[in-house]
This record gives sequence, structure tokens and C-alpha cells, in this order.
Amino acid sequence: MNIQVADRSTSASKGKVKQAIADCDIHPSPKSLEIEIYPYLSKRWRSYLESYGFIYRQGFPNGPAFPKGQPDAARRDAYPPNGGRPGSDLEFMREQHLDPNNVQLGILNPLKSGQGLQNSDFAEAYCRAVNEWQIAEWTSKESRLKASLMVPFEDAKASVAEIDHWAGNPHFVQVLLLSRTIEPLGQRRYWPIYEAACRANLPVAVHAFGYGGTPVTGGGWPSFYIEEMVGHAENTQSLLTSMVIEGVFERFPTLKVILVEAGFAWLPALKWRLDKLWHRMRDEIPHVTRPPSELIQEHVWLTTQPMEEPEPREHLLDTIEWIGWDKLLFATDYPHWDFDDPARALPLKLSKERRENFFLGNALDLYGLR
Amino acid sequence: MTIAPPPTTGAIDCDIHPSVPSIEALLPYMADHWRDTIVQRGVHNLETIAYPKNAPLTARPDWRPAKGLPAADVVTIQAQALDPFATSIAICNCLYGVQLLMSEDIAAAFANAVNQWMAAEFLDRDPRLRASIVIPTQNTEMAVAEIERWADDKRFVSVLMLVMDENPLGRRLYWPIYAAAARHGLPICVHAGSAYKHPVTSVGWPSYYTEDYAAQSPAFHNMVSSFICEGVFAKYPDLTVVLAESGFTWLPAHLWRLTKFWRGLRAEIPWVDRPPTEIARDHFRLTLQPVDAPPTVSDFERLMEHMGSDEMLLFSTDYPHHQFDGNAVLPEGLSPTLARKIMVDNPKNTYPRLQ
Amino acid sequence: MAKYVVSPAKDIPPGGRKLVEVRGRPIVIFNLDGEYFGMLNRCPHQGGSLCNGQLVGLVQSTEPGEYHFSRQDEIVRCPWHGWEFDIRTGHSMCEPDRIQATRYNVGIEAGAAVTEGPYVAETFGVTVEESYVVIEI
Ligand code: FES
Repeated sequence: MNIQVADRSTSASKGKVKQAIADCDIHPSPKSLEIEIYPYLSKRWRSYLESYGFIYRQGFPNGPAFPKGQPDAARRDAYPPNGGRPGSDLEFMREQHLDPNNVQLGILNPLKSGQGLQNSDFAEAYCRAVNEWQIAEWTSKESRLKASLMVPFEDAKASVAEIDHWAGNPHFVQVLLLSRTIEPLGQRRYWPIYEAACRANLPVAVHAFGYGGTPVTGGGWPSFYIEEMVGHAENTQSLLTSMVIEGVFERFPTLKVILVEAGFAWLPALKWRLDKLWHRMRDEIPHVTRPPSELIQEHVWLTTQPMEEPEPREHLLDTIEWIGWDKLLFATDYPHWDFDDPARALPLKLSKERRENFFLGNALDLYGLR
Repeated sequence: MTIAPPPTTGAIDCDIHPSVPSIEALLPYMADHWRDTIVQRGVHNLETIAYPKNAPLTARPDWRPAKGLPAADVVTIQAQALDPFATSIAICNCLYGVQLLMSEDIAAAFANAVNQWMAAEFLDRDPRLRASIVIPTQNTEMAVAEIERWADDKRFVSVLMLVMDENPLGRRLYWPIYAAAARHGLPICVHAGSAYKHPVTSVGWPSYYTEDYAAQSPAFHNMVSSFICEGVFAKYPDLTVVLAESGFTWLPAHLWRLTKFWRGLRAEIPWVDRPPTEIARDHFRLTLQPVDAPPTVSDFERLMEHMGSDEMLLFSTDYPHHQFDGNAVLPEGLSPTLARKIMVDNPKNTYPRLQ
Repeated sequence: MAKYVVSPAKDIPPGGRKLVEVRGRPIVIFNLDGEYFGMLNRCPHQGGSLCNGQLVGLVQSTEPGEYHFSRQDEIVRCPWHGWEFDIRTGHSMCEPDRIQATRYNVGIEAGAAVTEGPYVAETFGVTVEESYVVIEI
């Protein structure tokens, strides 16, 4: 390809001071495993990795079951000029994203980080390595960035140990899980993780994607990437339903859950459905003592990306009102292809206060960083 | 004293559920071999976990008989589902575990028996009743054969499938079913329920029945995606799909999301050459009950605006499932014009055989 | 309408593109086999830089399962959310009648003509020997 002039700037309207934002979903990648991750792996796991690679609950070791819309699901303009994968170069991330978009707080959510590996011991070791790496390469070099505590969530005991190990470390602002787990996240096998997170005073974020091994619909495997992609919202609805109905929020009254990268417009209808069902089904779930909508209101936040785009766009105002203006955390998903540009993603008239909270304040409050 | 007619007088009820009272009730409609197999092997009644017998949702208290299953004979249905609402027509969607069976042969035998039983026990006995053809989705050829068997009987007005089958419903293996349905002017009724060939959620099996029922809604999201993305309506432009017992209020947000992604990923599915929102408005219809409604009338009105069409909803009671009490089947906030469309015009326009 | 000289033609070979700025507007010039086309470098969706988009072919279908591929590299795909635009017309592939990238008329003029005017050459000197890409705004 012959690109004469590379304009890597964003669409920033120049000169204007932009609304400062919290970006609650940034995906960092290592420049290379050898250089950045191996130092934190024991010789045993380095050699295991060399021999077997990453074995998840899916058939391809080198890529996803559904080929993405773009290589690495990345924005085409997010490849660092000095080489490497999108999201692997802090300097370039500053230049392309953090500075021009006035990111005051950026939450790192590393993917492909050992979570959901079939081999639990390896998952445990790899999560630890990624935690070390986030501090060494990112958060200790850039104070605007905060790390997510990776845990090998299919093994609750190991996850608790990982949370306890880092508890109190200011680099970590949340525990990260993926949405596609072996069993729904409300099930008891995951409860020790919630208990430990509460103890460490950390919210639990659940990022869409993962490898639970179950078909991505209750009716089998679809054909197309777009179906899988859209389906992350359905996936997230199921795990949220599970957390509510299995009684997680009753059991852990201080638990805060953040649903990441599943959009949000689906939440109102789900709340209405669950409330209606709860009234009808009290005899089966007596441990759920309050209407699901109340529990969700109290315990659940959502990141905004990929933001739905109804026509007319004003319908989104109804939706956000039904969710609560204080429950949404702005996120771009940088450097991925379905990035939401803070300047353009919400083309609606909002009061200054509302805008400020939507883009920044809600996140500062939730993470206790005001 | 005169009693005002119910507001639903003359409505077309697009989703009621007669129960197969027992497996014996089907034996007269089976070939010798299958009759013998069922007796010899002690095949159990094919009720499913989709509606546990005594769960509160499964039947309204006043629709529960002292003995046996609800809605199991025509007299009960007349007294409970037809007369009180003064409906002109009601469509029977028989939820019986045919789709769950592992052998396609036995599934075909059961599907045919259920249809015969439906015709003899219900359609022959009340002219207000219509039904969906039950098909063995385990084998597409057999499913098509079953549709052909009933196609001339105009009292069968649609073809029944469950929202969670072994494969997503848009996949091409099912297309001969859609071809047959379109050929005969039969909409496909995709009803809540699962063949239980996979966990009901995309993250595994839940602990509680409540979650199973909640999971129907995400499954409907998935199947709307599947029908559209696979190009079923590009191939069969005359096909209509009725989503029954889906909760319906989820639809606008799902279409926003699907349409957003489609704009950037359309090259993967180039036969989808207009926005999914538009395709959905042309080809999907949704039954009314249960209404997963927002808390206030004004919220409901806003939601109806999000639907973007007044032609998509079809009146239904979901009898005997317990979705509402008394005769409060119409949600508050429907204008009389819209109520009339939902009760009469939309069903007529959806089912060619009701015109 | 004025005509602006934006680049020596040889700077944009066939298959190439170049980002220029005219009256404060970022415009990307594409060369498709010797024909030049100009497009505002802001995607009508959220403003992604089309200059950084990938050139792709046109995928169409007359029925599910059939894929017709043509016009290799005549479509630019926005680097952000992947909307495709026809470089020749600016029309989007998803909703061509509703969603369009802003296009500009672009031509080639000989250096001799350009030096005489009425062209505006914003940032560089022109010589008679070369030919130039000229944009009308
Ligand atoms: S900004 Fe170009 S597709 Fe979104």
C-alpha cells in the first residue's frame, strides 16, 4: 500500500479544550512475549508455552473461531510506526490517544492474558506474569493508566490467592473477568472471587469475549463474526441474569460489577423482564429478596462502548434515563476497530454536568479516584 | 343489567398452548410400530423442563385444573381462553418435547401424531381454533414432508419451531423448511423454548428455572441475528417469522446494535443489502404476551416509539401461562387505534390464511 | 468555486493516495489507475481518517452464499469501524443513498496552464514541465 502522508491524528477539532475523559477500556499488548512477558514466567512455563502454545476451549491456537473484521480486531491506524501490535507502544498510545483525547484516567484491560486457558496451572502463572507486566511496562511509566487484576477465574482458589497477593496495590483498580466462562458467573464456583474482591475493595469488571466452550447462542454456533460480535450483548445479559438470580448481590452487598464492552441499550428491557419474572417466581428464588432492577441499580455499571446508534439518536436519551446517568462509564476500546471517539460518539445535547459525569465523573466516583 | 363486551372482542389470539394430556392421547394417531415401541419401552410423556408442571408461570391459578394438565381439552380452552376474551380466532402452538428427541424417526412420528391429535381434538371441535404445524426439525426432509402433509388444511396457519434448536435457525440446513412455508403461505412461528441440545445460555447451564425462562429473550436476540445475517429473507422475500412469547421489548435495542455492526461488517454478509432494522420491520412479527414492560405508561409509549412500527405486534394471551391476571391482557398505554391493529389487522396481515 | 493546485501529479502514483489541506480542509487524493479522486478525510460516521483506510474490492451478492468480487482497490474502508466508501462516487456500501463521504472534483493540469492561473498554489512552487493535481472547492 502506498500512503503518501500518514495523518495519524484523531479527528480532534483543533484548538478547543476537550472534555477530559476516563477511558474505561484500553487494550494493551506486549511488544513481544519474549521481551515483555517471559521475564515474569518461570522456566517451566516458558518451555510449556514454547511446546504447547495457548490452548483455550476452542480449536484454533492461532486465532479466533470467527475471523475478526480486521486483523487483531484493531483500528487500521493504530499500528505503532515503530512496529509491533496495536496497543503495544506506550509512547504512541500517548500520542494517538491519551493526549489528543484528553484521557485523564485510562483503565487497562489486557486480553489474551491467560484467562480461560484449559491448563489451570498455566493460567495462574500467566495471569501473574501479565499483572507484573502491566505495572512494569505501563502503570509505573504512565500515571494516567491503571491496571486490571487478572485472575485465572475458572480456578477460584488460585484467583483468590492472586487478589490477596495484590490487595492494596494502588496500580490495580479492578479485578478482571471475561464474560464467556464455563458456567454462568453467578454460580457458586466463582463466589470466592467476589468475596476476595470485596475484601480488597475492588470492583469486578467483566469484559465481553472469552472461551467458555459453550456455543455462543443457546441454539448452537452461528456462521458469522457479526453474529458472535453482536452476541456479546446476549452473553452479558445471561451472566448478569445469573448473578442476580443466583443471589450474588444478596450475598456480597458491597460488590460492584462493571460490564465492559457489551453496549448498554439492552439493559432496560432485561430489567423489566427480570422484575416481572421475579414477582412470578418468588417461590423458586426466595434468596432474591428485592426486585432485580433494584439490585442491578445498586451493584452494576456498564462501559459505554460500542455505543448503540439508534435513529433518531435521541432514543438513546430514553435508554440512558432507564439505566441511570450515573451508571455508565465512558470507554473507547482503543486500539480496537469498534473504537468510540469521545468527540463524536454521543452526538446529543447534554448539560455540562451530565456530560462531565458521563465522560469522567462516574468513573472517578466508582474507582474512588476523585 | 348489560355487561359490556370485553375490550378484546373479535381479537385474534396468536399464541395459546393446548397441552397433550398424556402420551396415551397420542397413541391412536401413531403407526403400529411406534405405538408398540412407546408401550414396550415405557416412553415417558414428553413434557419438558421449559414449563415445569406446577411452576407459577406454567399456568394461571384460575386456569389450573384440579387434576392433570392445564388446557388439555377443547372445552377448557373454550371456557378459559376463547369466551372470556371473546376472541374470534386463536392459534394453538403445541409445546410438546418433539424437538428434543434424539432420533429423527421417532421425532417425525411424534410430530405427525401431535398434528393429527390437534386436528381431531381441537380444530375439528371449534371453528375458532387454528394451529401451527409441529415439525421434526431434527431432519429437514422429514420436516418438509410434514408441512406438505398438512398444507392443504387451511386451519394450519403457520409452522412451529423453537427459538433454541440444535443450530441457529437462519442456517441453510433449515432452508427447505422455509421454502415450503413460503410456498404455502405459512409464516414460521419461532416460539420460546429449547431443544436442550445446548445449555440455554451461552455461558452454560443455570441453576434456576427462572434463569431458563429469562434466557429465552437473549436466544430471540440471537435468532433475529441469525435469520437476518444468513440472508433467509433475501432468499425467501415472502417469508414472515412470528416471534412468540419473546417479551418483545428487547427488540429495538438489539436492532440498533446489529445495524451498527452491519454497517462496518456488511461485506461478510453481502446479501444483507439494507439495514437490519428495516429487514426486521418487514419480516418479523412479535406476539404481545408476556409484555416485559417498563414501569410507567409514558415509558411504554416511548418504547413503542423505539419499535418504529405499529405493524409488528400481534395480540396474544399466552394462555395458560401466567403472564397477567383477570383480563388485563392489553398493556396500558395502547391507543385504541394501535390496540385494534394489534388485535385484528396485524394478525390478518401476518397470516395469509386468516385473510 | 476556486481551483487549488495541491500536488505534483507524480507524487501520487496509481494505487497511491495523498493527504492535502485546502482552505483548512483535510482532503485525501486517490489515484485509481491514472484517474484522481478527492474525498474529505473525515468519515461521515465518526470522523475516522479515510486516508488511513484500507483499499478493498467491492463485495456484492445476488443471493446468500454467492459472493461477487470486483473493482479491487477501488473502495476505501474506514480504519475505525470499517464502513466502506466507493472512491469514485463517495457513496457508502452499506447505505449508498443515505451515507456518503464528501467528494471533491479533482483534475490534472499541465504546469504551463497552472502557472497562468486562475489557480491557487498554496504550499509549493510549480514548474512548467510537470503536471499537477488540481482540486475545485
Ligand atoms: S468513523 Fe469511519 S466507520 Fe466509524
